[in-house]
Amino acid sequence: MAESAYRSPRAAALGGMRASLGMPAVILGASYLGFGSLCREAGFSLWLGFASTATGWALPGQIALVELYAVGASLLAIGSAVALTNARLLPMTVALMPLLRHPGTPRWRYYFFAHFIAITGWTIAMQRCPDLPTDQRLPYFAGFAMTLWSVTLAATGFGFVLASLVPDYITLGLVFLNPIYFMLVFAADFRHRIRALALGLGAVTGPFLHLVDPDWGLLATGLLAGSAAFLVDRALDARAGRPHA
Amino acid sequence: MPEAWSEAWPGIWPWIVVLTGAVATYVWRGMGVALSDRINPEGQLFQWIGAVTYAFLAGLIARLIVLPVGPLEATALTDRLAASVVALAIFLATRRNLLLGVGAGVSVLVLLTVGRVTWL
Repeated sequence: MAESAYRSPRAAALGGMRASLGMPAVILGASYLGFGSLCREAGFSLWLGFASTATGWALPGQIALVELYAVGASLLAIGSAVALTNARLLPMTVALMPLLRHPGTPRWRYYFFAHFIAITGWTIAMQRCPDLPTDQRLPYFAGFAMTLWSVTLAATGFGFVLASLVPDYITLGLVFLNPIYFMLVFAADFRHRIRALALGLGAVTGPFLHLVDPDWGLLATGLLAGSAAFLVDRALDARAGRPHA
Repeated sequence: MPEAWSEAWPGIWPWIVVLTGAVATYVWRGMGVALSDRINPEGQLFQWIGAVTYAFLAGLIARLIVLPVGPLEATALTDRLAASVVALAIFLATRRNLLLGVGAGVSVLVLLTVGRVTWL
C-alpha cells in the first residue's frame, strides 16, 4: 500500500475496483458460493437467492434468514434475527460516514452507497480512506464495495447451480465456508476485550439456547451473553480505575 | 398472521421473507447515515449494542458448526470441530491469512468426511 492519492475521483473508483478484485473477491466470492448452495438446500429459488444478495447484502444476516426460513420460523422471528444480526451495521456506518464526507456531495449519495457497507469493504475503507483526498474517498469505497457486491451476486448464482452439479462433499465444503470464514474474521477481534468476551460467551451459550428454543434462542444469546460481556467489561474497567467515556 | 401467509401463499411467502430481510438490513445503514454526525460511537449505548451483536454472531456461528441444518448434518461433530480448530490454527500461524485458514478448515472437513465413508 505504498501509493497514497489517485489523480482523480474517477481513478480512485477504478483503484477501488482493482483492490476488490483480489483476495477480497476470492474469499467473499467463495463464501457466497456457499450461500448460493445453502439457498438451494433451504428450498429457495435461484431468483430468491439473487434478490437476497442484491437487496439484503450482508452475509451473516442472509444466512440467518435462509436458515430460519428453512426451519419454518415466523416472520417476526426472522425479521428480528436479521435486524439483530445486522445491527452492527449502524455503528459501522456511523464510524465510516465521517470519513467519506466531502463538501458539496448530495446527501442521497450517502444513503445510496450506505447499502454497500459490509464487513470487508468497511474494513478496507477504514484503512485506506484517511490517506485519500476527501473527493476520492466515496468513489474509492463505491468502486470497491459495488465490485464486491457484483462478484457476490454472480457467486450466489454459481453456488446455487453448483449445489446440484458437484459431488456432495464439495457442496459440504461450500456450505462449511460460511461459518469458518466468519469465525476467522471475528478472530481478529479477540484483541478487543469486550468483543472477545461477547464472542466467547456467545459461542458457548448459542448452541444451548438454540436447543431450548430454535426461534428465539439466538436472540436470547445476544441479549444475555452480550449484556454479560458488557457488564464484565465495565467491572474490569472499574477495577482498573478507568473512567467511562 | 405470517404463518397463515406461508400456508395460504406458498409462492409469495419466501418473497415476503426476503423483503423483510432487506428492510431489516438497510434500516441500520440508513439510520447510520442519519445519525453519523450526531451520535457518539464511543458511548455506553454503542458498547452494549456492539457486545450484544458480537455475542449473537458468535452464537450463530457456533450453532452453524455444532448444530447445523442441511448438508452439514451428515458430517460428524468431531470432524467439524477438528476442521474449525485447524482453520483457526492455520489462520493464526500464517499471520491471519484468511485464504489459507478457510482453505485448510474446509479441506480438513471434506477429507475427514470422505475418509470416514471410504475407510470406515
